[in-house]
Amino acid sequence: MTTLVQSLGDGVVIARRNLLKVKRVPDLIFFSILSPIMFVLLFGYVFGGSIEIPGMSYREFLMAGIFAQTVMFGASFTGAGLAEDIQKGVIDRFRSLPMARSAVLVGRTTSDLVNNIMVITVMSLTGLAVGWRVHSSFWSAAAGFALLMLFAYAFSWGMAIVGLLVPSPEVFSNASFMFIFPLSFLANTFARTETFPAPLRVFAEWNPVSSITQAVRELFGNTGPQPPTAWPLQHAVLASLLWIAILLAVFVPLAIRQYKRAAAR
Amino acid sequence: MADAIVAEGLTKRYGSVVALDGLDLAVPEGTVMGLLGPNGAGKTTSVRVFTTLLEPDSGTARVAGLDVRSDAVELRRRIGLSGQYAAVDEYLTGFENLDMVGRLYHLGRTASRDRARELLEVFDLVEAADRMVKGYSGGMRRRLDLAASLVARPSVLFLDEPTTGLDPRSRMGMWDVIAELVAGGTTLLLTTQYLEEADRLADRIAVIDHGRVIALGTADQLKDQVGGERLELTVRQASDLALARSALAGVAISEITVDGHQLTVPVSGGASVLVEAIRLLDAEAVKVRDVGLRRPTLDDVFLALTGHAASSSEVSR
Repeated sequence: MTTLVQSLGDGVVIARRNLLKVKRVPDLIFFSILSPIMFVLLFGYVFGGSIEIPGMSYREFLMAGIFAQTVMFGASFTGAGLAEDIQKGVIDRFRSLPMARSAVLVGRTTSDLVNNIMVITVMSLTGLAVGWRVHSSFWSAAAGFALLMLFAYAFSWGMAIVGLLVPSPEVFSNASFMFIFPLSFLANTFARTETFPAPLRVFAEWNPVSSITQAVRELFGNTGPQPPTAWPLQHAVLASLLWIAILLAVFVPLAIRQYKRAAAR
Repeated sequence: MADAIVAEGLTKRYGSVVALDGLDLAVPEGTVMGLLGPNGAGKTTSVRVFTTLLEPDSGTARVAGLDVRSDAVELRRRIGLSGQYAAVDEYLTGFENLDMVGRLYHLGRTASRDRARELLEVFDLVEAADRMVKGYSGGMRRRLDLAASLVARPSVLFLDEPTTGLDPRSRMGMWDVIAELVAGGTTLLLTTQYLEEADRLADRIAVIDHGRVIALGTADQLKDQVGGERLELTVRQASDLALARSALAGVAISEITVDGHQLTVPVSGGASVLVEAIRLLDAEAVKVRDVGLRRPTLDDVFLALTGHAASSSEVSR
């Protein structure tokens, strides 16, 4: 019991330290908000005209996809921060202290969750400005945001593994793009999967990002009249929760193992 | 007196590179051991083993009586580490950095803050306490990093090249701080590439090369093996050599050697000898082209002990 309290306490100390950095260097969060806003404008007003979503406005369709992609980029801060801490020797200091082994990862994923909440708040306001509306209830919308954040948290742990594997923060940003781009574009985020060629379509239907996006659309009341055909999209909320559980069960132990190894390089 | 740090037959390989090759070391409680060697000799690797950051492939290491493998958690409560790169957080203030470390040692909120303020005072960082570390000079960062390693009043302290990359003035300042620290009875293991630094701070020096200790002794013992300070003098005209030689006989502590237009005079006493020598030469009107005082360096130690220069060890790494 005391060890658990202590490791949570250590995690809070680390999370606070990371958030102080965000406060001191507001550019970080400014640019992580700017790029999804550009995506909203790009897809909403440039490409959107040529993407047909039967029975609904494209910009309402788009926002859930943008939200999902935004939290993935937000979660990639976890890996970037860890790679930087390793390079600067800060991790060595932490490892020579009698603190909980998991605290650096728990603290980092927690502070990045807080960042993501701030970013998604701004993105929601952006969405409202371009005509996106929630057509469901307050509680249903709240469940949608909660699901997004659970996914963001699980994805953070995956990005932690990448951040601990790469030799430097510079390599991390390229490496994380390799994951985020296919996962966020080969999905129902910006277009309907029904229009994809067969192999891509199967990938997109079983892509966890598609389940999350579909679930969030349902919870916000942003779905069109045509129901999806694939199982993970028909049962999107259930599939999302399953995906999140699987991601956490795989990523958390792998990340902790890799933390011990990376720090011992 | 018990040994605060003991290593027996430590080995560590990274692929084909042997970082530690059967390192043995014993540091008695309350003493300062200088680990002297070139880049790649195994200094940092041994510090990483002692501070539980790295598990050795074989051999044993104990710090404060605790095994680095089986008692790692307890061991971390007793040690302080200040690494080669000042591992302080740039975006926190000096105070926040120290307070955070205190919290992670589980000192508690009040005790952490009090200790942070106390250390900022000791390390002359009070004025900079509430500024972001990003704006600190290299010397200030090192002092803060050293302060961070002392938060929990460790009984054994590890400093890995504490002055590498500092300008001469900051280096002197750092030496004063460390000297004061060890006067309080902390056991210290210090790694360095500078013989002068080890000489100034350490009770005993272990010279390491290719992951093994190749010589162990006090600074004086090592210097005796190497040859101490010497005056190097070049005269304008060869005819002045004999005159210069007799003029300097009084300051030489052993045989003066001649090579071409150059005289090498073994001396002791530092800069004052140089002044004295110039006065003597001037009195005899010897025309001097160049004169300088040369102290033994790590290169000299290495050359004397291993027959190869310190830098070649780096190349082979």
